[in-house]
Amino acid sequence: MRHNFLDRYSRLDSPIHRLPATAKLLGTLGLVITIVTVPMTCWACYAIAGLLLGIVAVLSRVPPSFILRRLLLLEPFVLGVSILSLLRPDGLVLFAALITKSTLCLLAMILLSNTTPFARILDLLRNIGMPAIIVTLLALMYRYLFVLIDEAERMHRARMSRTYEPRKGHWWKATATVISQLFIRSSERAERIYAAMLSRGWK
Amino acid sequence: MHIPDGFIDTKIALTSAVISIAGVTMAVRKVRASVPPRAIPMMGLSAAFVFAAQMLNFPVAAGTSGHLLGAVLSAVLLGPYAAVLVMTAVLVVQSLLFADGGLLALGANLFNLALVAPLVGYWIYRLVRRLFQGHRGMLASAAFAAWCSTVVAAVSCAGQLAWSGTAPWGAVFPAMTSVHMLIGLGEGLITALVLAAIARVRPDLLTGSDGGPSSRFSVPVALAIVLGLAIFVSPFASSWPDGLDMAARAIGFDHRATTFAGPMADYQIPGVGSPAAATALAAGIGTIVAFLLALLLAKILVPDGKAESTKT
Repeated sequence: MRHNFLDRYSRLDSPIHRLPATAKLLGTLGLVITIVTVPMTCWACYAIAGLLLGIVAVLSRVPPSFILRRLLLLEPFVLGVSILSLLRPDGLVLFAALITKSTLCLLAMILLSNTTPFARILDLLRNIGMPAIIVTLLALMYRYLFVLIDEAERMHRARMSRTYEPRKGHWWKATATVISQLFIRSSERAERIYAAMLSRGWK
Repeated sequence: MHIPDGFIDTKIALTSAVISIAGVTMAVRKVRASVPPRAIPMMGLSAAFVFAAQMLNFPVAAGTSGHLLGAVLSAVLLGPYAAVLVMTAVLVVQSLLFADGGLLALGANLFNLALVAPLVGYWIYRLVRRLFQGHRGMLASAAFAAWCSTVVAAVSCAGQLAWSGTAPWGAVFPAMTSVHMLIGLGEGLITALVLAAIARVRPDLLTGSDGGPSSRFSVPVALAIVLGLAIFVSPFASSWPDGLDMAARAIGFDHRATTFAGPMADYQIPGVGSPAAATALAAGIGTIVAFLLALLLAKILVPDGKAESTKT
């Protein structure tokens, strides 16, 4: 089953998408480590990394507007922490360097997740020795994440169509009810999944 | 609180990755030994559940907003080690699929949110639970533990950021702690309300919350947590109040604390000691206030008459 809001472009066809997942994950990790360790004021290094990521982005055919939106979504925390660095003596340079560094790393991660299907990443994690139980959890989580989010949206819609906008004091209680219902439904679904897994020979 | 790449240096990233791998490996072993296979789909679904629940933002004072962490909630519902694995899965997916939390910083994020938050939170939950019996005691302990888990994870995060030289301890510690003392109130409130609602509809799902074989802590896991917290926060011990300083000297930690603080000396701004000390004091008072609020909340959620009838 395909789900559209997670890693929407991870199944496109492009030279980047066809690269083996191992190469992409190692490449991303290498690039991130390099960006983090180069001296703060090595602006040329940032330019090279940015150029490299730009080429990958163009080759991957992931829409630039999507990448930009993702970046903007993730930028607030980056700004929040960077602002604290202004309190240091050499704050302004550090502030600019930190923002550049983390934005480049974010870009690398966004490109990785949108050019590599999650199943390939899971294969890779299993091969490098991640415990089987965690890989199983990740696979189950990836499979049912959008089911649960759909379910939460349905509950929200149902409530909105039956009640008025909750007042301030009721907001917490309404939210908690939604969350608890979500957990109860998840646990019931988990029981059905377990029965289905057993009946298909899972051990 | 998800640290992106670029904010912590390679030294901190590797240190926390090693500690996190050790801690998660321990938790895997514990879960394998104590959790029946039928609980595995439940854990996978719980990971998806925590992820979905984290998308709900709640308002905090002064225009900021926080979201649920869910570490104590899942520790109470599933047991502490299962919660470690659930939070690990959540963080890995957030990092690899959404770029929410960096790749190199994954170890640090795992340490703060998948080890410290559920384990310290659950430990506090068990401690307080021993003092207060019944349904009301459960809700009060969970609310207080949820508050503590948020604050302790924030302090650990502040330690990592400060030690990386990203921001001065004197600024990042008060900022992170005070914001998360507020966010923690939301975390505690939601945790207690959700547990109360589940207890109303499906009390059988809460049977695991009172312990069982998997709830006892093993020495290695506890050591990994204490060691990690000590590493990330101890470099700043020298700027803490005199009382702590003297305690450190008495135990013999003083020497190590000053050698750690060496490289940090350049980064300190004038008056660093006082905001950090003031925050430590405020955090202490905040803990007492949060504890009283948790008791009050439980009293509101479970009125006197009802407490007697549902007491088991």
